[in-house]
Amino acid sequence: MENNQYLEVFIDESKEHLQAMNDQLLELEKNPAELSIVQEIFRSAHTLKGMSATMGFEDLANLTHKMENVLDAVRNEKIQVDSNMLDIVFEAVEYLEEIIFDIAEGGDGKKDVKNIVEKLLQIEKGEVPQEENQAEVAASSEQILEAELGTDLPFNNLDEFELTVLQESRERHFNNFHIHVELREDCLLKAARVYMVFEILEQVGEVIKSIPSVEDLEEEKFDYDFDVLLVTKESRDDVYKRIMKVSEIERVEVNAFNVNQYMESKKQEKSAEQKAQMKKEETGDHPQTNTKSPKTQKDAKKKSVSKTIRVNIDRLDVLMNLFEELVIDRGRLEQISYELNHNDLKETVERMSRISSDLQNIILTMRMVPIEQVFNRFPRMVRQLARDLNKKVDFQITGQETELDRTVIDEIGDPLVHLIRNALDHGIETPEERAKKGKPEQGTLKLKAYHSGNHVYVEIEDDGQGINKEKVIHKAIQNGVITAEQSQSMTDQQIYELIMASGFSTADKISDVSGRGVGLDVVKNTIESLGGSITIDSRPDEGSLFSIQLPLTLSIISVMLVDVADERYAIPLSSIIETAIVKKEDIMHAHNKEVIDFRGKVVPLVHLKEVFEVPVEQDEKDDLYSIVIVRKGDKMAGMVVDSFIGQQEIVLKSLGNYLTNVFAISGATILGNGEVALIVDTNALIK
Amino acid sequence: MSEEFMKVIVFQLKEEEYGVPVKYVGSIERMQNITRVPGTPEFVKGVINLRGVVTPIIDLRERFDLEITEYTESTRIIIVNIADKEVGMIVDSANDVIDIPESTIEPPPEVVGSVEADYIHGVAKLDKRLLILLNLDKVLSKDELKQIQTVEGTS
Repeated sequence: MENNQYLEVFIDESKEHLQAMNDQLLELEKNPAELSIVQEIFRSAHTLKGMSATMGFEDLANLTHKMENVLDAVRNEKIQVDSNMLDIVFEAVEYLEEIIFDIAEGGDGKKDVKNIVEKLLQIEKGEVPQEENQAEVAASSEQILEAELGTDLPFNNLDEFELTVLQESRERHFNNFHIHVELREDCLLKAARVYMVFEILEQVGEVIKSIPSVEDLEEEKFDYDFDVLLVTKESRDDVYKRIMKVSEIERVEVNAFNVNQYMESKKQEKSAEQKAQMKKEETGDHPQTNTKSPKTQKDAKKKSVSKTIRVNIDRLDVLMNLFEELVIDRGRLEQISYELNHNDLKETVERMSRISSDLQNIILTMRMVPIEQVFNRFPRMVRQLARDLNKKVDFQITGQETELDRTVIDEIGDPLVHLIRNALDHGIETPEERAKKGKPEQGTLKLKAYHSGNHVYVEIEDDGQGINKEKVIHKAIQNGVITAEQSQSMTDQQIYELIMASGFSTADKISDVSGRGVGLDVVKNTIESLGGSITIDSRPDEGSLFSIQLPLTLSIISVMLVDVADERYAIPLSSIIETAIVKKEDIMHAHNKEVIDFRGKVVPLVHLKEVFEVPVEQDEKDDLYSIVIVRKGDKMAGMVVDSFIGQQEIVLKSLGNYLTNVFAISGATILGNGEVALIVDTNALIK
Repeated sequence: MSEEFMKVIVFQLKEEEYGVPVKYVGSIERMQNITRVPGTPEFVKGVINLRGVVTPIIDLRERFDLEITEYTESTRIIIVNIADKEVGMIVDSANDVIDIPESTIEPPPEVVGSVEADYIHGVAKLDKRLLILLNLDKVLSKDELKQIQTVEGTS
């Protein structure tokens, strides 16, 4: 299974979202008037929908989508929160849980969700759902076992549930249509056309059944025609016209579907079937025993997913701190055993040292995860989205090996999903539009991660249409985010930031892809809660760049330790170009500043002794300068230190909440001897 | 009616006795090597490694503008936790934990010209001892920190 790699992540995250939904629903039950809770549930459902659709679990995505619709209506105060509505939503969440547990156990995540979907739909329409026959689920599963009967009618295999729905809709004066659609034989993107047809049908009514199944249609496992059963309020002509609007359609037939007639013809078959069923039961062949065989298959599959547990990051922090204590004591023990020169003691201490360094590696790697884990699920998502949107996209990923703290990795997935979807939906144009603008038909979407200084940057860059400033302003004013006067004095940057304001969405209509304006404000909040920031740069018709800056909180970095007088500092290796020893007479002066000639470039010198006001006993007359050459972007500077100690992996620690924003110090670390060394933020020293 | 008591840790600075409520105190440490942090106010002596946590240390003598003396064997660092900030305070010695009745706590004496007294929460009189109770929030106050930084920056 090609998805195996991200399956674990998916399962873990889904469980988390479900848990959140459950908690919030319970909360909602207590305070039905609190719409912010609905908002939370909605977000969880929204993310879950996106994830499951990406992973190809249609039933899961379908159910969450319907649930989302209900929640959306609640959020917009179209539906009241009452016990009935809550019951159904809870039931839906239960279904979701079952599906996800099935997936976790190696199942395929398929489950009959029609029943609950229907209930959700009814709520959405403001109707009170009635209790339905519980036998339906069983009936439908049996349906699968049944071989297709070779009758002329495509829909000879309706299950009881589908029939009930059809009958009910008739009683409510909806129209039931049997629609036969034929695509043109030269149709290239069959799945896309089907998708469009289905989208139209969903707008006017509800698709009860399709032959071939939706999955097969999406995977293009059909020739050029398919059949759909639709329940709608629209007239026959209307439905016909709407479908014909989709291009590359050869022929559409819309016929009324008579349920009663169907029932009649089926009755005889049914009774025979029932008899057979009775017989089965008499011989003790219960339906449950039937399900046994798939279960044993599942057991066999179970081993395919390695087991993980989620550990609270706080606990890892505690573990880390305790371990550092241990390391310090280990250092002391080594010292003592060396002094005592006792053989047994020495051996024991050596053994302990080895074990503890193994332990150290495990603890450190436990927290650091390459961003690859998050990035890996994107190509598939982009491919699918591009197909759904009829766009051509070249998706490039660089820097996936960049390591980030687990805390950050866990949180960064959702925002990136939103941003990528956004870039595809709003950024990159359709091939036709691109051709008109003289751009290559295929758009480019770049996802890039890299370390710089004490930050990790993640950038999403597209070469699409850019952000339409006028549209943004118009929309922002319309939605009351800003006033017309405010818009006058805003910079481009500020205008772009508006698209991350709460409740803002530039999509003219709600699509499956771009969401309902819950995307970007969440993105911004998540990133800021991680201590990062997001900036947007955009040029009309050239594209947009979303740049996320994330701090390297509590990560392991390589540093160069240097001495300045009696103090020890750590300079991050990532910003060091090289070290050099320069004679005093080689130092030149430019504009009253000390500079050196470094490989043909003029590099200014910074005396750490002066910047950090290091107390100096007596001024040593040294003819040689030890210089660490660092860079920030294209700029360089030389840090003058007293001596180089060497390279080391260290744990970045913050100075605590009391000392914040200390100039040119980004944090501290605890050295092997238990002392604290400060980490130099070289970026602050280069202007 | 029983009297309300407040448990405080008593420490000395110069000749005077001060008290901080026990609930704020995390631990009392011996003097140890402190790593200086540049660009901070004078009274911030730097940071120490407190069981794996980098903890800032301030010198209370300097904070209160008292004369500076050498650290001795009895010098202690009192680690306090206030509003998610963890800070160590260097004091001359810490030697007692006592219960003081709330009724003996009086507001700080108002003396003309004393500005800095807002970090004193009150004064407790116990027999012949006078105990100055600190308002830790003010002692660690950020505003003050910033002020000092700007003063330093402009001079």
